[in-house]
Amino acid sequence: MKLDYYPLGDTGIQLVFGTEISEETNRRIRMFADELAQHPIDGVVEWVPAYTTLTIYYLPNKISFNALKQKLEELDEQQHGREAESASLVYIIPTYYGDEVGSDLEFVAEHNGLSKEEVISIHANKDYLIYMMGFVPGFPYLGGMSEEIATPRRENPRAEIEPGSVGIAGAQTGVYPLESPGGWQLIGQTPVKLYDPTGERPILLESGHYLRFVPISKEEFLNIKESIKRGEYKVETEEKKVSVHEVG
Amino acid sequence: MSKPIFKVRKSGLLSTIQDSGRKGYQQYGIVVSGAMDPFSMNVANFLVGNKGNEAVLEITVMGPAFKVLDDAVIAICGGNLSPKVNGEKAPMWKSFTLKKGDRLEFGQPLSGARSYISLAGGYDVPLVMGSKSTYLKAGIGGVEGRALEKGDVLHTSGKIDGISGRALHPDEIPVYEKELTIRVVLGPHEHAFTEEGIQTFLSTPYEVTPQSDRMGFRLKGEKVEHATSADIISEAIPLGGIQVPANGDPIILMSDRQTTGGYTRIATVISSDIPYLAQAMPGCTIHFREVTVEQAQEVFETNDRFLRTLEKVSVR
Repeated sequence: MKLDYYPLGDTGIQLVFGTEISEETNRRIRMFADELAQHPIDGVVEWVPAYTTLTIYYLPNKISFNALKQKLEELDEQQHGREAESASLVYIIPTYYGDEVGSDLEFVAEHNGLSKEEVISIHANKDYLIYMMGFVPGFPYLGGMSEEIATPRRENPRAEIEPGSVGIAGAQTGVYPLESPGGWQLIGQTPVKLYDPTGERPILLESGHYLRFVPISKEEFLNIKESIKRGEYKVETEEKKVSVHEVG
Repeated sequence: MSKPIFKVRKSGLLSTIQDSGRKGYQQYGIVVSGAMDPFSMNVANFLVGNKGNEAVLEITVMGPAFKVLDDAVIAICGGNLSPKVNGEKAPMWKSFTLKKGDRLEFGQPLSGARSYISLAGGYDVPLVMGSKSTYLKAGIGGVEGRALEKGDVLHTSGKIDGISGRALHPDEIPVYEKELTIRVVLGPHEHAFTEEGIQTFLSTPYEVTPQSDRMGFRLKGEKVEHATSADIISEAIPLGGIQVPANGDPIILMSDRQTTGGYTRIATVISSDIPYLAQAMPGCTIHFREVTVEQAQEVFETNDRFLRTLEKVSVR
């Protein structure tokens, strides 16, 4: 399938890879972004992968819209018919479910006619694809949550939600990277920092990779918090092989 | 050597440290921020001998007041917010020397909405993800991630002495009108609007409402009619992107916009017109005019050449 190209004013270009959210489309976008990282085009400043699009920002005094579009078409051409195996990472996110850090767990369970333990077992130990990042710094848009635990947003949004809070909104799940107001149903909290503006790695996650919530006890939660404070904690990752079938 | 220059006596409406913004982190959801009017930022820096993208102080409508703690070369560019030194009118678009003990303050906003104060040697605040720009919502950049407050002390890195008395040629000083024409490249979601909707957008005036800030300008005028749903699957949104939610009222996305959004966008403001737009106060009237991307890039070239020439004669 050929890509569509749209100018965003004089300093942006949008590449459209499809019209629907799918893992396949996400993977093609990620492969394209990887190519851009490996073979930089002079004048390209940065890019933003999203569900169905890749947006590239550039300096028009270095490269014109038409010259850039041509380069991108060539890049796309080279990708066609390629069957690639991309090594994705799974970020392991230890999560303390329920109690005081997940005060909506009970509501989510009741809403879906499940026990709290069942909600946790459906939500945890599953690899969620990070489709894109946005909304606030470090927030992952995750795909793949089971409909069995889907729950509408709270009628009264909270004025303050602690960073690391894990929540459900409709059929989506996510983690709040920084303190903010919000209407998500909170089911737990991770001690891991997704956003650390002055740290060596300001943002933990990256689109195109996966995230897995792993249940921990309150004691482990507090221990990890302490070890993060001391700068000794390292987020665990696992490799995940995903094969991509490119159709030309 | 870091040297204290300004002691804040009055914070003003919204005074923040800004440079050309946080680049390269949008894919992680990090907002770009940066000076709303990059032209004035560049010129203010060149006039004192700084690099164009050095951090400046962006002040808004009602400016701050400072006590000057040490001699320093500064320039004030952008909207005319009536700058005064020791009660006397201070120059704009021209670098000058402040003496220890001087008072720098601002009065009535006479034209534009934002003014930029450059400081020879730049403001000494830490880089956060490669930028000094303040982003209030995440509390990063500038002075402790916030707007200036009474009692703050601003330092210069003191790396250069600065050049006093250099001015931009009067012909090159932008004029900020109450009624302005802003050029746009249509798209990327033209298909989401009726032909009539696009015609309305391009041929009727829009007023800047008071619900306008560094994140975006909300406009009021004839409703822009959709042909399809006003919602899209979330995607990146550029500076100057004009989104139209279901209510038909356009919103122009500015420096502190989120990195991604889920509303249809009818057009994007060309980068050369962003500085003029940034100076539009609530109540100003905007007419949109369509240009092609090629035309927009010709305008960019011309402006860029001008700034590069200015840089050559200024920065040592």
